Amino acid sequence: MGRIFFFIGEGLRALRRSAAPSLAAIVTVAITVLLLGVLIPVLQTTNGKTNEVRDQVGLRIFLKDVDASGAPIAAGGGNGEQPPSTEVQQLQSQLQAIPHVKSVEYVSKDDALAILSERLKEENRDDITAQLPGSHNPLPASFNVTPDDLSNLGAVRSAITPPGPDGTPTPISPAIDDISDSRDDAEKITGATSAIRWVLGVISALLLVASLLLVGNTIRLSIYARRREVEVMRLVGATNWFIRWPFMVEGLVCGLVGAAVAIGFLLLGKEVIVDPLADNFHLISSGDTIAFGKLALVLLCVAMGVSATGSGLTLRRFLRI
Amino acid sequence: MRKVTKVYPGGHVGLERVSLRVDRGEFVFLVGPTGCGKTTLIKTLIRELEPTEGEVLIAGRDISTLPNKAVPQLRRRIGTVFQDFKLLPSRNVYDNVAYALQVIGASRGEIRRKVPDALRLVGLADKVKSFPDQLSGGEQQRLSVARAFVNHPPLLLADEPTGNLDPNTSIGIMQVLYRINRTGTTVVVVTHDREMVDKMRRRVIALDGGRVVRDQAAGTYTSKDESTREFATRLREEMGVDDEKPRY
Repeated sequence: MGRIFFFIGEGLRALRRSAAPSLAAIVTVAITVLLLGVLIPVLQTTNGKTNEVRDQVGLRIFLKDVDASGAPIAAGGGNGEQPPSTEVQQLQSQLQAIPHVKSVEYVSKDDALAILSERLKEENRDDITAQLPGSHNPLPASFNVTPDDLSNLGAVRSAITPPGPDGTPTPISPAIDDISDSRDDAEKITGATSAIRWVLGVISALLLVASLLLVGNTIRLSIYARRREVEVMRLVGATNWFIRWPFMVEGLVCGLVGAAVAIGFLLLGKEVIVDPLADNFHLISSGDTIAFGKLALVLLCVAMGVSATGSGLTLRRFLRI
Repeated sequence: MRKVTKVYPGGHVGLERVSLRVDRGEFVFLVGPTGCGKTTLIKTLIRELEPTEGEVLIAGRDISTLPNKAVPQLRRRIGTVFQDFKLLPSRNVYDNVAYALQVIGASRGEIRRKVPDALRLVGLADKVKSFPDQLSGGEQQRLSVARAFVNHPPLLLADEPTGNLDPNTSIGIMQVLYRINRTGTTVVVVTHDREMVDKMRRRVIALDGGRVVRDQAAGTYTSKDESTREFATRLREEMGVDDEKPRY
């Protein structure tokens, strides 16, 4: 117990005495932690957005209003809900049976009209659907087919339109009018976000390496300034661990203070900049990012761990017998 | 030491087939010109250097076979006084001595008991709160002796303890070492102060070019019963140094 107090006392005493190198170490740690604290949520947000986009990707199968004989296929001619016809139900089970299909959602003509009307209201535009004459609904019924993975979109699509006798893709049901997929859009979006992710990843990796080297260098300077003390300790018979502990305490304190300063700035940035903006920008308010408390704790532990280990490791060269 | 040879990287020979034996409780001088291997010899004794060939035995144990982990234990059993004192400038006199006990894990009670004793022995009891840069060269050297001896090691090595000090101060240091030797501690003193060596009338081992060129008693041994004060008075008389007011 007495030893622990001795180590803590020695570590704090060293911090007081070598104030300038310690301050440099604290500032370096603070900058590193600040960068990490900004980059981790940013990386997570871009990741979350990409996944969100991937989730939205799917096929939309538009159905014909009437079949070749003129009988209605899709329900909902604008006159209230009608159950989907047998043809539609059959198509739905066919679609669900296709491998890699995660979900199949039926959007009737009425649903489609309601969605359009809703969207127009959201965008504060005139609800032109109200001007539609009486019972006429020009929107087609459709199926939204979501594949289990973006990469299976093509396979699902070709399963719905297998090659016919003449080799051209033919829909599996005569009720299908047209198929549109959001693959092109999705690929553009995921391409852009993955590029952003790469750039951010590389920048943060470089910054981290630079900061680690800086921390290591600062610690080395501080130890070099006290090499005489280390030499005396060695010569009077101190064990290597006995010599190492005060330096590790010093590193821990530097890490703790540096991380605390950085977390303070992060909290300030969050309260003053990010939170007010989040109300206006959907990207920032993405719910996938790490909770602030957890982030702070992780950063604190990383900073203290890196600084203490850095001190211990750097000291090795001075401890050769 | 048995046929100890130390060749430094680069080919410089520090010690060449040095064989010597120092018995428990002896007071031995190691003399020779600069670069003759005195400091190399001291460094091999505390395993700061490992010999290229030969054996260094302390209390019957070959220290070159000690695992690295055991080296701190060895050093705790050997007090070392360095020519450049190696004091910690940021600590006061008391803390410099206490430090040697703290690093070996001594209890607070032990530190409180032993440090004042060691400081009294070297005559620095009234300077406990001073810092090394507030002390004279002789006082700093005595502080260094106190730190080396506070743990009551069976062997005390002193590398040029009187280097750069005036004769009177040198006698003071020798007086302290003599006092320590009288407690039963083996003392090995490295010096090139020939006059001092001759007057001390102790065993002298002379090194030159890394070899032992002489190993004999200088003059006749004085009686073991000579008190520390008598010893100092005799040295002052023989060296023609004024007997200033007693410093210790």
